[in-house]
Amino acid sequence: MMAFLFGRKKSANSAKERLQLVLIHDRTDLTPAELDSLKDDLIETISRHIDIDPTAVTINVARDGRSQRLVADIPLRSVGRRRVR
Amino acid sequence: MTAKVVTVASGKGGVGKTTSVANIAVALASRGQKVTCIDGDIGLRNLDVILGLENRIVYDLVDVIEGRCRLRQAMIRDKRLPELYLIPAAQTRDKTAVSPSDMVRLCDELRQEVDWIIIDSPAGIERGFKNAIAAADRVIVMTNPEVSAVRDADRVIGLLDAEEKGPAALVINRLDPAMVKRGDMLSVEDVLDLLAVELIGIVPEDENVIVASNRGQPLALDGKSKAGKAFQNIARRLMGEQIPFMELESQNLFQRLLGRK
Repeated sequence: MMAFLFGRKKSANSAKERLQLVLIHDRTDLTPAELDSLKDDLIETISRHIDIDPTAVTINVARDGRSQRLVADIPLRSVGRRRVR
Repeated sequence: MTAKVVTVASGKGGVGKTTSVANIAVALASRGQKVTCIDGDIGLRNLDVILGLENRIVYDLVDVIEGRCRLRQAMIRDKRLPELYLIPAAQTRDKTAVSPSDMVRLCDELRQEVDWIIIDSPAGIERGFKNAIAAADRVIVMTNPEVSAVRDADRVIGLLDAEEKGPAALVINRLDPAMVKRGDMLSVEDVLDLLAVELIGIVPEDENVIVASNRGQPLALDGKSKAGKAFQNIARRLMGEQIPFMELESQNLFQRLLGRK
């Protein structure tokens, strides 16, 4: 309640959120910059085959117990929508 | 008799490895088990003072490995308990005086004579740590509910998996329930969610730990203090008993009643 009034987050929550990010990088050796560059490469490669919206692509490292997985969400542009009606 | 070799590691220094080794060893010995603990922190020995055995050292781990004495001669018997022994670390040498295969050989010899070998790993993830885990059947990773300790514990857990010494068993040491309650300390659930390993003990912050180390009388000798009781519980879990995490379960229930996520 106090934290809400003063607009300050509980320090344990900050610790947990910061650790979640730090551990992903420690475990995968993947920096945010490398993840961005991976995303660009992925968009380029996929775009050669299908039509996607590059601005809608998200790529993240998700934790699953002690393992991590790379999760990419790549919305496709529907063929139908591009046709003139 | 074939001993189980348990190594206590943490990555970060100062989280309570030596205190835990002393207390887990005392707790096991007080339950009739034959226990030898080994101080793996060569050059910075401390398990001897925590156990109050510092005045009785004649030979040390490196003397055994380099053949200057027999294994038995380096085992200092703790007279307060029927079957508790300490093999102290050398103080005037460094980690390179011992190799992982030396530790495996020494533990293989010792396995025939005791029920438990508890090894105190030095901080860090280099040679001393590799030596300490080389012979381990099980590794206990110690952490505190604090960012740097949790991060280092994660690194150690990852290394143990890579060395096929996993899965690690986690002890969360120095937990302050009041700080957890007001949201200023990572909770047991937070730490378990981050590290995703099996929990084997929760030790509350307890100033009796300092008093015990001042006197060289490990808390688990009487088991009346909160921390002493927690170490007794860890020893019982190592022996295969199912002991609920009492104090903190009521704490969690209380938190749930308060609507804390």
